[in-house]
Amino acid sequence: MTIPRLPLGDWIEATINFLVENLSFLTKAFSEITENGLDWIEAGLKAIPEWLFIPLFALMAWRLTRNRGVGLFCFFGFLLIWSMDLWNATISTLALVLVSTLVSIAIGVPVGIFAAMSRPVYRLVMPILDVMQTMPAFVYLIPAIPFFGLGKVAAIFSTVVFAMPPSIRLTCLGIKQVPGELVECAEAFGSTRWQRLFKLELPMATPTIMAGVNQTVMLALSMVVIAAMIGARGLGGEVWKAIQRMQMGDGFEAGIGIVIVAIALDRILQKLGSRSKA
Amino acid sequence: MAKIEVEHLYKIFGPNPSKVIPMLEKGMPKDEIMEKTKHGVGINDASFTVEEGEIVVVMGLSGSGKSTLVRCINRLIEPTSGTVRIDGQDVTSLDNEELRKMRLTKLGMVFQNFALYPHRTVMQNAEYGLEIQGVDASVRREKAANALSVVGLGGWEDSLPSQLSGGMQQRVGLARALALDPDILLMDEAFSALDPLIRSDMQDELINLQDDMQKTILFISHDLDEALKLGDRIVLMKDGRIVQTGTPEDILTNPADDYVERFVENADIAQVLTADSVMKRCEAVAYLKSDGPRSALRKMRKHAISSLFVIDSEHRVAGVLTVEDCRTLVEKGSRDLSSAMTKDPKTVTLDTPASELIQIIYDLPYPLAVVNENGRLKGVIVRGTLLGALAERGNTDDNS
Repeated sequence: MTIPRLPLGDWIEATINFLVENLSFLTKAFSEITENGLDWIEAGLKAIPEWLFIPLFALMAWRLTRNRGVGLFCFFGFLLIWSMDLWNATISTLALVLVSTLVSIAIGVPVGIFAAMSRPVYRLVMPILDVMQTMPAFVYLIPAIPFFGLGKVAAIFSTVVFAMPPSIRLTCLGIKQVPGELVECAEAFGSTRWQRLFKLELPMATPTIMAGVNQTVMLALSMVVIAAMIGARGLGGEVWKAIQRMQMGDGFEAGIGIVIVAIALDRILQKLGSRSKA
Repeated sequence: MAKIEVEHLYKIFGPNPSKVIPMLEKGMPKDEIMEKTKHGVGINDASFTVEEGEIVVVMGLSGSGKSTLVRCINRLIEPTSGTVRIDGQDVTSLDNEELRKMRLTKLGMVFQNFALYPHRTVMQNAEYGLEIQGVDASVRREKAANALSVVGLGGWEDSLPSQLSGGMQQRVGLARALALDPDILLMDEAFSALDPLIRSDMQDELINLQDDMQKTILFISHDLDEALKLGDRIVLMKDGRIVQTGTPEDILTNPADDYVERFVENADIAQVLTADSVMKRCEAVAYLKSDGPRSALRKMRKHAISSLFVIDSEHRVAGVLTVEDCRTLVEKGSRDLSSAMTKDPKTVTLDTPASELIQIIYDLPYPLAVVNENGRLKGVIVRGTLLGALAERGNTDDNS
């Protein structure tokens, strides 16, 4: 017994092709602008010499976290990266992660707020997030190329798709977790919906939102190798190169670089999150 | 016109509440309705009023609907049917914007678990209501600081709520409501989360504040002693229904049904009964100006009493005279009562609680005079009537 073949793949491909034909001029234009912007950020970061960047970054990490250990880790970690000759790759990765995270937050936090405020929005958004988080990244890597062209913007697009869900989920959760009595109090004193949001819910949700941002950054970092496959360079690119040439040493060096960046960003963001709780 | 009027208020929880009301009107009990229709009855036909400047305590056990009731008044919970009027204005028909304005200007609320914003300082909490009204920063700071000093929290402005004890946190909650200077305070179990000593302090303080403020206060409580202490009147609720409305003494002396009676059983009678309610009318007095020892003796004999209060021309208590005092005067042939009487005898005011009276009267050789705020004699208390009044209230428990 056979069951008729449902040509789901064909339909999706037809839809994407249709969209590519009709919309790619828009997305390509967007891609161009973003690529330029990203290049500027990268160039700006690279313009700072290593010997200045590293102590400044370590100092900033120390001041923000009020923890000497984090500052020292940043100092020696980045020094190691420099000596491994991975400086430019690291800056590219930092720029990519920075932009992906900013885009994720810019979209994710407002969506999370709307999901918390409106039941229908919540019901619409949550299944989409499930798809975004479980669909293997390679699958949407393919259509990202015709829309944005090979390169960094396609990489950012797929990184955002993968990294945004925690921002949305935790923003929504943070707002919903505000104790009922406090919400009642805001209502009883005659707050408008926006006053309630800005004076009560967002301040109280900040630690949770920061935890979401932290997750987003970590997920963005975990995408750098995959993003490298469609032309984003950086540390991911180094790993990808090492895989293709079977250079274990180079691969590990780049991998260690990613770990150092990840730990540094994680510690700084965690401290920021827990400090806004106090 | 009453400040708050509640008429035939119903609150039914469930998908189709209006079909439940006829069942309630037929007298079907709450449990049966829950079983048959899966609808919860929050409030069942509640009607009462709160007059301007009055403290009304809505009292009942948990699940009796008292918290739902207070939330129906500012529509944190939407009533199913019935009307709530504040200053004659029907709250239930206000649109969202009008409702918001009313909450903003007329209704202050104090919550059971304080509901302070943990990310704001004491000052920022106190000025919250003014802030959302859009009041100028300097004006609202001044008003909030004023409210904070009224509740005794001057100097704590920059602390965070988490640095304060429970009692102090609730003072902030109270200051936040007072800063708006609303006509009405809704206090939802405001002191229930505090430990007993602090609770008692806060109650005293609220009574003191109320003397100056004269707000209209609707106070929710599950504690009868608190209700008796604070309430000018008490609304007793059970299963969403109002079972009795009356003054504390009404509730104590004439419980409407077994439920109220069981409730009242454990109340501390001596705290609740006041001089006003245990005194008896003064049957005879001697007048300083006109009476002599012989007429005083005659009055005592006629009413079978052994002492007499002497009243001056302004009807104030000038002294107390015993049979022996009169006899001495007669023997001396003097007519001047003031030379023999005990001057300035111990007096108490009308609102002195019975618990204090017991101590005062214990070693007093003559009856205790009860006077009003002008010092005029309103009645007397003798040891027998006081103990009798206390015993009588104690006994109803056994009789029931």
